[in-house]
Amino acid sequence: MHVYLPVAEVSIDVFLLLGLGAAIGFLSGLFGVGGGFLVTPLLIFLGVPPAVAAATGANTVIAPSVTGVLNGLRRDGVDLRMGLVLLLGGFIGSGASVWLFGLLKRIGQIDFVVSISYVALLGTIGVLMLQESIRAWHRRRGAISAPPRKLHRHIWIHGLPLKMRFPRSRLYISALLPAGIGFGIGVLSGIMGVGGGFIMVPAMIYLLGMPTSVVVGTSQFQIIFVSANVTFLQSATNQTVDVILALTLIIGSVVAAPYGARLGAKLRAEQMRILLAILVLGVALQLAYNLVVRPEDLFSIQTLATEGSQPAP
Amino acid sequence: MIRRALVLLFVLAAFAAAPARAQPLVADLSDHLIAITAGFAGTDVLLFGATEGEGDVIVILRGPEHPVIVRRKSRVAGIWINTERVSFSGAPAFYRVASSRPLDEITTPALRARHQIGADQLRIVPQRNLSPERLAEFRDGLLRNKEREALYSTELGKVSFLGPRLFRTRIYLPANVPPGSYTVEVLLVRNQQVIAAQTTPMFVSKVGIGADVFDFAHRHAAVYGLVAVLMAVSAGWAAGSVFRRA
Repeated sequence: MHVYLPVAEVSIDVFLLLGLGAAIGFLSGLFGVGGGFLVTPLLIFLGVPPAVAAATGANTVIAPSVTGVLNGLRRDGVDLRMGLVLLLGGFIGSGASVWLFGLLKRIGQIDFVVSISYVALLGTIGVLMLQESIRAWHRRRGAISAPPRKLHRHIWIHGLPLKMRFPRSRLYISALLPAGIGFGIGVLSGIMGVGGGFIMVPAMIYLLGMPTSVVVGTSQFQIIFVSANVTFLQSATNQTVDVILALTLIIGSVVAAPYGARLGAKLRAEQMRILLAILVLGVALQLAYNLVVRPEDLFSIQTLATEGSQPAP
Repeated sequence: MIRRALVLLFVLAAFAAAPARAQPLVADLSDHLIAITAGFAGTDVLLFGATEGEGDVIVILRGPEHPVIVRRKSRVAGIWINTERVSFSGAPAFYRVASSRPLDEITTPALRARHQIGADQLRIVPQRNLSPERLAEFRDGLLRNKEREALYSTELGKVSFLGPRLFRTRIYLPANVPPGSYTVEVLLVRNQQVIAAQTTPMFVSKVGIGADVFDFAHRHAAVYGLVAVLMAVSAGWAAGSVFRRA
């Protein structure tokens, strides 16, 4: 059964879209990542124009994130204070990315800069996470009385001013740290057109040292706002959000999100980190592969519509 | 649609039976308006016609023209990136040809070029000067991409004759057929020359919910954005409360 998507101007099988939505919801519930990195390329593969795929992906991600935050609030698994500080940095960062985007575009080769920095960043995060979590897993399985992980290691970062207490995360750190991370991810996601949840989650675990139990909910909390911002701006300026497509994906995602969350609750913290590390590495490898392997067709086309047209991100 | 087609056939039969003064070529479509509805998954459009005397029939369907940018990737330091771009105009968004016999048996290259019969004959012009080899490369790239998206087809559709004078052809419009105004050109060819030609308009447009959504997205872009966000938030909220009760 096909449904015609009026903004994307293609028709796609409903069940395929529901399944894709379910994958987004599951990932969101499990890791607190938006899934934009997964849904955008898959939608493009199904024939949706890239700009519409990215913008509609952002719209879709809002729904499972809202569900997740509601559940998280009930279980006290959201650090609202931390979320707000991250968000503040994020909004300033996405504002700055508009400027940076223009600059890179003038120089040319924005695709190249984006892809290569993505591969480097994700590759590094993925490898470090995988190493760390496998080591932690071994320690637990080996039942060797390893030194307990210190809650707090004092490095230069903790000398920063504007110290703030985050009781839910059991942290007393400078507000500049989460705000800075939020800013950096805001810049990245603004340029690449993804939510950046899969950078945010490792950053929360490793850079901020937040307990895994609050990471998913807090990440989802800030994804709601970042994605809502992207959805609104894309609709208002480029008319690239397809609500029929978004609605179909959302139905699939909200049904699947609780299952992801349930699985997440069953997993041990380090098992979850291993899975997330594999996911992050997979994305990095996929991007690297696309950069290095000769494309099937060296030529690509972009049709300029008479109005409301815009280049692919 | 079947009834309309039958009426059409009847009219055409009357035409065909008329004395020799009749027009040399008459043709019409089963539908001049192709409606893209919510469940649209592609459709067939039927073209019927009658000819006066001997000859072959060629049908050319052309979609609206939009400028197209063609980009070429090349390898820089081991990585494939877009290095060149050429803008083209004159490329129809959709293009199909059908004929009663293979084109090279009934036409000359000059005739094909004049009437732009066949995707390779389309007058797609670059917006800047290029050497002939490079132009051919980019043009081929454009045609290849269009064909991959099923917007162009190098396969020749079949125009079949029902008896000596009546002909018909069926053109498939895929689900991604671009909306806009199309033209259907019907040529009667005899001795490698066009004896008669007729052009019929056809419109492809969104109707119903799809059209409303598209209009809303373009006319009230900011409100549309807010609605999209609210829709997602409320869907997530609803699912959250259902989940809690479960």
